[in-house]
Amino acid sequence: MGTGEPRDRERPMTSHVDLDNRTFLDSTELVLNMGPQHPSTHGVLRVILKLDGEKVLGSECVIGYLHRGVEKIAENRTYAMFNPYVDRMDYVAAVSNGLGYCLAIEKLLNTEAPPRAQYIRVILTELNRLASHMLWLGTHALDIGAITPLFYTFRDREEILKIFEKYCGARLTTHAFRIGGCMYETYEGMEQEVLAFCDFVEPKIAEYEQLLTTNRIWVERTRNVGVINGPDCIALGVTGPVLRASGVKWDLRKVQPYSGYDKFEFDIPVGQNGDTYDRYLVRIAEMRQSLRIIRQAVAGLPAGPIMAKIPKILKPPVGEVYVSIEAPKGELGYFVVSDGSTQPYRVRVRPPSFVNLQALDVMVRGQLVADVVAVIGTLDIVLGEVDR
Amino acid sequence: MLQYVSSYLSQPVTPGEAGNYVWATVYVLVVILGVSLVVLSMNWIERKAMAHMQVRLGPMRVGPHGLLQPFADALKLLTKEDILPAEADKLVFWLAPVVVVVTAWTTFLVVPFGRTHAVTDMNIGILFMLGVSSLGVLGIVMAGWASNSHYPLMGSLRSSAQMVSYEVAMGLAIVSAVLMTSLHGAGIYGVTKDVAQGVGTLSMIGIVQAQEAQGTWFIFKFFPLGLIAFVIFAIAMVAETNRAPFDLPEAESELVAGFHTEYSGFRWSLFMLAEYSAMVAVSSIAVALWLGGWLRPLATVHGPAITIPHYWQGGAVDFACSLLPALIFFFLALVCFVAVARMPKLPVFRIQTAGLAVLGALLGLVGLVLLAPPVRDRVQDVFWFAMKVAVFMYLYVWYRATFPRYRFDQLMKVGWKVLLPVGLGVLIVTAILGVLL
Repeated sequence: MGTGEPRDRERPMTSHVDLDNRTFLDSTELVLNMGPQHPSTHGVLRVILKLDGEKVLGSECVIGYLHRGVEKIAENRTYAMFNPYVDRMDYVAAVSNGLGYCLAIEKLLNTEAPPRAQYIRVILTELNRLASHMLWLGTHALDIGAITPLFYTFRDREEILKIFEKYCGARLTTHAFRIGGCMYETYEGMEQEVLAFCDFVEPKIAEYEQLLTTNRIWVERTRNVGVINGPDCIALGVTGPVLRASGVKWDLRKVQPYSGYDKFEFDIPVGQNGDTYDRYLVRIAEMRQSLRIIRQAVAGLPAGPIMAKIPKILKPPVGEVYVSIEAPKGELGYFVVSDGSTQPYRVRVRPPSFVNLQALDVMVRGQLVADVVAVIGTLDIVLGEVDR
Repeated sequence: MLQYVSSYLSQPVTPGEAGNYVWATVYVLVVILGVSLVVLSMNWIERKAMAHMQVRLGPMRVGPHGLLQPFADALKLLTKEDILPAEADKLVFWLAPVVVVVTAWTTFLVVPFGRTHAVTDMNIGILFMLGVSSLGVLGIVMAGWASNSHYPLMGSLRSSAQMVSYEVAMGLAIVSAVLMTSLHGAGIYGVTKDVAQGVGTLSMIGIVQAQEAQGTWFIFKFFPLGLIAFVIFAIAMVAETNRAPFDLPEAESELVAGFHTEYSGFRWSLFMLAEYSAMVAVSSIAVALWLGGWLRPLATVHGPAITIPHYWQGGAVDFACSLLPALIFFFLALVCFVAVARMPKLPVFRIQTAGLAVLGALLGLVGLVLLAPPVRDRVQDVFWFAMKVAVFMYLYVWYRATFPRYRFDQLMKVGWKVLLPVGLGVLIVTAILGVLL
């Protein structure tokens, strides 16, 4: 990984090459600067590639182009005031971010959201997981050259965003949850709408699969591309679908259930080869499992309050917590230190995209330039979360 | 002079063959204009067709249903700043788009739009076409080189490797088609011995005439050999023109824009012009070699003879087919008028509605002109040729909306390990079969 600071132009990128006397024709490696403005680096990621022809000899990520100092901002806001900020990290899965933060502060306050709030949280979070995976699928396919799935996934993602909008007024950065529960009661007919959406989207997922899963070019482009095995994943801290595609059955919703996930029946899809194709299959299967969870949650939605009894001014006791949840992209953790005041002493976020991005170099070494694009897509990174 | 000009009209050959320079020049101009018009309309059709495949509307704002969008785009490109990168090799950078466009257009010299509708008929027509269209890669390499930048360089390297390797498979497929012109293939699909023995020809017009004489399109000849050769060509031609799923040289998500990354404005539009012209050109080869060129489907079926006083003596099917071009234009006019009726009755749409009505009227007028007996007979050939090419152009759009992109090594694998051996096999079997039967 890079040092986090953009390199200056003059600094040599390969130390043993005499840059001054180098001509365009030299048979030394070609250093290709990919990004930060590039169609398929998903925002402002900059990858410096060392190439031998088309083969990648090594890569280096330069990040920080979208750094907004979210963690520092937290220290100057009250606990409740910081809540909307976390939505801006992984803006594709804002609901998950909010859930993780609320859970962390609730643990710090030693309280828990009431059951109804927990169920609403699960419904919205899983809807958000679907939305996130849909966006991933569309952009990933676009990177590999299939332009049409993008429009299909965006069309269907729109239905999720409509539900969000009806629920809390916002589509993307929802700020759906509050510390201690939910701000809003479900709107009139939300259950039916969510169930109708589930019925609507199930055949659509089959439609995406029809376009890609057995498509010869798609399989050739993704199978054995960006392979990473389980132990390597664990060593690098890689989590989420990338880890599971490598054959490690690790899902925080199962191993340390939060927000009532232990009450739902669902499977953890696992891959074997740890290649791009398996990661694709795992995410597609996860979309179906999310639908399963949503249906159960809607069916079992209990009555009752949606907000726990918490004080108007939050002053958590002195202490520190680490709470992590299974965000669409992997383990999203919040480490919050309280000094007993109204503002957190320190908030540290463990973003899945940032950690997963470490695996890029391992995965692209020895592959071709076209695979770099495929691997960046399959890691499902959001630069807002990488840089925070 | 006037006599010189009008003397050509009575000759049933191309202006090149007749040696009539005036008409040759006219044909060249018509072809250049026609191809440019096709490229412009392809721009609209591609965006519209792809949009509808992708659950969106596509251009809707400029003109009715975005019909004027290509013109707006062209205007925008022409008025853009002409950027020459500081580090670029100025001369080569300037020359590259010119080379690409000139080669793409030169191929149209021998495209047989009809028996008499070609600039000229060369006895090495197909060879000329293949040779000139291969020169296009030179322009692309020049563009990538002169830009003095990494992405264009990689794009041009990819494209040169790709074009060179697919040309081999393409050539093999073409050779087997050329071989079929001299092999009568007696007994197969109604072709009998007493058909005039074909003499092998490389002339584009000659190849189509051979299909006419043998009474079969080469795609059906020696089934399935002709079909396989055609499929090889159909795949190779997509790679040859750098279109999806073989659009690696300009792979947007990898190389930004490939060899034309550093180009903008008019120069860039020249590349686009060349790309679409090349698409039309290779589609024309495929049509001429395998799909019977200007021959209408079932060209040997004439139907019962009918006589229309003062005008028509011949088959009923022939007569019905001769009406088709006009009918299609009438249909398009009808579509326009229906769209006019369906336009929202709002003041803001008044100009658009009027424009659509004018377009419909124009199309209807063209249909009327095409109905006139002298015109109707002369445009038959061009009409069928254009229809077949249009099918290919639509296929190009369809591919692009459907397929992911091949990776470079996979592309090479398909070219060298699949298409080349199969092409060789088809060639050998065609040769053996043709001699034996």
